[in-house]
Amino acid sequence: MANAHQAAGGKVEKISLLRVLGPAHVWALGVGIVLVGEYMGWNFAVGKGGAYAALIACWFAGLLYTCVAMIDSEVTSTVAAAGGQYTQAKHIVGPLMAFNVGLYLVFAYTMLEAANAITLGYLVSQVAALSGYTGELDQTPFIVLTILFLAWLNYRGVLATLTFNLVITAVAFIAIIVLFLSTLTGTTALNHAGLMAGDASLPYGAIGVVAAMHFGLWYYLGIEGTTQAAEEVRSPARALPFGTMAGIITLLIAATLTWYVCTGVLPWEFLGDGVNGSVAPLFDTARLSGSTFLMVFLGIGTMFSTMASANGCINDASRAWFAMGRDHYLPQWFGAVHPKFRTPFRSIIFLVPIAILFALGAPLDQVITFSILSGLLEYTFMPINVILFRRKWPLDTIKRGYVHPFHPVPAIVLLCLCAVTYFAVFLGYGTQLIAMVGFYIVVSLWFHFWRYRFVKRGDQFTMPWPRPRGY
Amino acid sequence: MARYTPPHQSKIGQIIDVIVLLVLIIGALRLPLWLDLAGGAKDPKPFNPTATWADLGQDTPEKIAAYNALGFDSPDNEALQNIITARYDYTIDPLELAIMIVVVVGYFFLIIRFSGVEYKEVIAEKFGDRK
Repeated sequence: MANAHQAAGGKVEKISLLRVLGPAHVWALGVGIVLVGEYMGWNFAVGKGGAYAALIACWFAGLLYTCVAMIDSEVTSTVAAAGGQYTQAKHIVGPLMAFNVGLYLVFAYTMLEAANAITLGYLVSQVAALSGYTGELDQTPFIVLTILFLAWLNYRGVLATLTFNLVITAVAFIAIIVLFLSTLTGTTALNHAGLMAGDASLPYGAIGVVAAMHFGLWYYLGIEGTTQAAEEVRSPARALPFGTMAGIITLLIAATLTWYVCTGVLPWEFLGDGVNGSVAPLFDTARLSGSTFLMVFLGIGTMFSTMASANGCINDASRAWFAMGRDHYLPQWFGAVHPKFRTPFRSIIFLVPIAILFALGAPLDQVITFSILSGLLEYTFMPINVILFRRKWPLDTIKRGYVHPFHPVPAIVLLCLCAVTYFAVFLGYGTQLIAMVGFYIVVSLWFHFWRYRFVKRGDQFTMPWPRPRGY
Repeated sequence: MARYTPPHQSKIGQIIDVIVLLVLIIGALRLPLWLDLAGGAKDPKPFNPTATWADLGQDTPEKIAAYNALGFDSPDNEALQNIITARYDYTIDPLELAIMIVVVVGYFFLIIRFSGVEYKEVIAEKFGDRK
């Protein structure tokens, strides 16, 4: 996809996104966004159900994301274009669904970016306190500067941005492994039996396990963002499934190790309160180990993971916004590519103040809940999407880069797990759930009855596929 | 099907659309926060200045040692008690649950139905009307 640019002398040249990324970049984009979920936010699951509930939620959420990766890999390897699930929805379900999916992506990533900036601000204040600063540190400039710096990096170009992500994501992942290894050598002492004795094991009983699924998604939320780079990878059919699956495996390992180490050191009430208690649990765990090296390394890991995540979020949200602008689902002004850096620069700039607004004014658990809700709506769309995809274009009608096995079992399992997670969010955060879905209903009506008139009908279908069955 | 030509949208029209979107986004996401309707039903018990570790449910030496290591030397600390005694209220109101189900299911029903109508136009223009 490209947009036209008027060059000197009146000659019109086509400017498109550059195809420069390989599987490692795809892995870095997916894991880079999500690894921060091990460094902060997942621990709210402990608060909602206790430590064991958080572990069960971690595994069930892992199952949910395995279904997401399986389904998404098949569709993405066939619809390899910028916008990821947004472009899929446009071709398979219809324009209004695509508009909604685009918004899910933008809000899930922009809220995640805000959560990252909040955590980074907290980390800076902790480092100041540990360095002997006794006053109340104003986190605002650190939050704002982080978002501005990463937006600038994205503005300059995707290759430098994702190469930067690859390095800092690797460091953050190694930090988790090192902390785990320190428990084997005895540097970090674990006391699971003592800390989880009595009511601490499952303080809310069975309903706490269900409730924990809400924040269980945070361990992996955003891994589906790998598809946003579809138009910028050299070999989409190979790199996207490989990078996404490798990302899920990495996160399953990191999530389980994180849970094991943190619940063996921090009491569940403190660990489960990510606002007044443990904002950055891996850093807090390292702090309690007594090892300065571990504390510094996990502090760096927290910083790097939040930066890598925010970086990837800006990349993904801006591309979804750009794709919608290009298709006139949003004002076409957003659909411009920078003539020199080849990035969706207007979309990148537009989303910066929205991220700052939420990073500066909302508690962490609520920002995370907004992000999770947008993600959850997106995951509910995926089984509908793949069922329609197989029905409209059976396997023998178009060539797929990857065919996921056992269809429709993954779609049905995913739909069931989404239903459980809606109920989990309802337990404690029902108002936000209804407010957010209410927003999507209003904005859908706005699109269908107003905005859609600016959309060119036939141009919404760009894939070289045959006519869908049943139409 | 005749090819649909969308109307041209002026710059002012585009700006108005962006403002409408911004108002909807900020309204939906910030309004529950401003009205104090967001967040979990998680409330701590009233502060008890004479509470012991056992009163707070810290019944093993490992739990007390962990809180000591976190800087909480004594249980008569309001910030500590707020963390330890806060619990979610998971009482289920059937009416609220029914509203949630209707809103979520209704939302997906709405967008799939409207999308279907729009999708037929897209396919008809792309591939032509069926003979």
